[in-house]
Amino acid sequence: MRAPKILFLLWFSVWIVPGSAAAADSCVTCHAAIDDAVKGPAALIKNDVHIAHGLSCADCHGGDRTSDDPDVSMNKAKGFKGKPARATIPKFCAACHSSPDYMRKYAPRERVDQFELYQTSVHGKRLAAGDTAVATCIDCHSVHDIRAVKDSAAPVHPLHVGETCSRCHSDAAKMAPYKIPTNQFQEYKTSVHWEALTKRGDLSAPSCASCHGNHGAKPPQVESVSAVCGSCHVLFEQLYEKSVHNAVFSAASGGGGCMVCHSNHAVHYPSTAMLAGPKAVCSGCHDAGTAPAGTATQMAGWLDGLDTALKKSETVLASAEQSGMEVSEAQVRLIDGRENLVKARLALHSMKPAEMQKPVEAGMAIAQATQKAGEFALHEKDTRRMGLAVSVLLIGIVILAIRLLLRRMESSS
Amino acid sequence: MSAAELKAKTFDWFDERLGLRMARDLLDHKVVPLHPGTAWYYFGGITLFLFGVQMFTGLLLLLYYRPTVAEAFDSVRFIMTRVEFGWLIRSIHSWSANLLIFFAFVHMFSVMFTHSYRRPRELTWLSGIALLGLMMGFGFSGYLLPWNQISYFATKVGTDVAGTTPFVGPVLARFLRGGEDVGAATLTRFFAFHVMILPLISCGLIGLHLLLVQKAGMSTPKHLPVHDLSHMKFFPNFFLRELMVWYGVLALLGSLAAIFPWELGEKADPFASAPAGIRPEWYFLAQFYTLKLIPSHVWIIEGELLGLAGFGLLALVWVALPFWAATKPDGSGGRARLATGVGIFLVCYLFTFTLLGYFK
Repeated sequence: MRAPKILFLLWFSVWIVPGSAAAADSCVTCHAAIDDAVKGPAALIKNDVHIAHGLSCADCHGGDRTSDDPDVSMNKAKGFKGKPARATIPKFCAACHSSPDYMRKYAPRERVDQFELYQTSVHGKRLAAGDTAVATCIDCHSVHDIRAVKDSAAPVHPLHVGETCSRCHSDAAKMAPYKIPTNQFQEYKTSVHWEALTKRGDLSAPSCASCHGNHGAKPPQVESVSAVCGSCHVLFEQLYEKSVHNAVFSAASGGGGCMVCHSNHAVHYPSTAMLAGPKAVCSGCHDAGTAPAGTATQMAGWLDGLDTALKKSETVLASAEQSGMEVSEAQVRLIDGRENLVKARLALHSMKPAEMQKPVEAGMAIAQATQKAGEFALHEKDTRRMGLAVSVLLIGIVILAIRLLLRRMESSS
Repeated sequence: MSAAELKAKTFDWFDERLGLRMARDLLDHKVVPLHPGTAWYYFGGITLFLFGVQMFTGLLLLLYYRPTVAEAFDSVRFIMTRVEFGWLIRSIHSWSANLLIFFAFVHMFSVMFTHSYRRPRELTWLSGIALLGLMMGFGFSGYLLPWNQISYFATKVGTDVAGTTPFVGPVLARFLRGGEDVGAATLTRFFAFHVMILPLISCGLIGLHLLLVQKAGMSTPKHLPVHDLSHMKFFPNFFLRELMVWYGVLALLGSLAAIFPWELGEKADPFASAPAGIRPEWYFLAQFYTLKLIPSHVWIIEGELLGLAGFGLLALVWVALPFWAATKPDGSGGRARLATGVGIFLVCYLFTFTLLGYFK
């Protein structure tokens, strides 16, 4: 029943739009006219990046798109491949995406090693082993409405990667056979990285793929955690690697490196509460009263002291500025003070108090100098007001004296 | 030789060389008419006093100011923070510049509404209008000198507007900027205008203006009987009163400078985007806001061009006021009433559009 209907529609379209049969893509024309599941691709492709580049259904699925006859257009002799089996999808996409010559025509800067990487990933290895429940290309990139990564509506756009991964990784039923946790996305949404990405719109902030890789996705091993974090936090990694913690944490089980103190998915704003106090991460290994715990408390005190001093300076300078005093030089210096606080926080990762002391002392000197400048400006403001009051009083006396002189002169004449 | 004899001899010595007796006679005979509008006579003097303040504070600022792109901002900051009383001198200079323009406007409108521009004071009016233009030129050129973000972009906008003047626009803009864009050459040339060219012309013109006032005497409002009016001696009676007013203005200047020091802002960065709410000094705001309101094209004429043509026409009518409004010696008649109407319109327009330009 379906074939005559399609043929009629094709015949009709030829008659009402001269020349349309030759120009149209018969795959789209026919599938759009069908009222069941196979209509889907025809409706979806309008946003597809492949179509935007001038490719057609036949470029992936084979067949002859110029023929209106389904027997010809979907003939295996014409190279028609139909719908690929799930296990063959990566290879299906790789037919073009692993070909440098082919890709150069459409996206010369695009990488062509996705399939190779995929084969090294947990997903790829499991698929090769016969597990078809794992993610293949279409699970992340979608199918028929595949958008470029830079398209903000793409499921693999940095803003959506987390949700895309979580579609499977937050599904307890799907993850049960693999015995892996499902709270990663929930934890990630409490992190500074999520905040930077979604609230500040910083697209360079890490999403799942930034740490785990995209096509070659796998969890970083213990020894590579600091390298993964260090790909962005370069200086922190360098200092950490020279620290006493590096060897100890690397030997620890259940994750290591930066994760020991900062966690993995739920990376929160660091504070000195991590060093000292009831919630100190140091206390997990170092008992209170031991030398390392004392050092941690000392370093927390330095950081808090510098932060408080800088904030106090900021308040005084802001008050002076609001009074109309020129304190921009001190405010510029205060930026140097803040930089020293950042340097001190960085130096903390070397776990050598002497390294940290230098920026703390430099920052404190700046905080004291700017505080003094702010207080001087506020004092100067009061002096000016006093000077003004005295000047206005003197001017008033002179005006009064002239007035009296005038009165005496005019009354005598 | 007694003290009185020594004083007389010294006076005679100077009189022989400088003509002091003539000046004294002049002052002895100069009188100021007394009537309900006598207070308006003080405003010309206030403007002159503020010009003197500008010259004095400007000379002090010159000791430290460096007119180069690299040093201008820092030198002004140095004046504000390091030089003893530098903040006071710079703030007084900036406040005084604004008060000067304000009082010049008050003086101009007082002359206009009392029809004091009528024969034989046409040249006094013309020289006064020219002086107001020069004062605005001082303001425009001085605004750029601290080389901060606001002044840089305001000068860009200002010279852009000048560039739309028909026929001479591009040449005028190039002349003002010293190149295609506001830069080092603009700063140097604005400095030259501000401290040398404009002061020289202004001093000459102020001299002429005062000479003309002296020559024609003080004008009295047209409706008052000139011969029945009582008079006050200019020196010392009026002069001492004027001195009291100057002291009052000095107290006002000091208060403004101490309570609201003129801010410095951020150093100009030609590569940064223009700061939000960029606008010129308040005395250009009415024109600036009018140009903003005019559509980009009115029929086939460019909106900005139309606005400038309107301002030009209005300025021409205003400058030529003594020649079309005062057809009768006493300043009466229909044209004088029309001139009063134009004056009221202008005051309302300037007041309303300045406020709109400031708050919108």
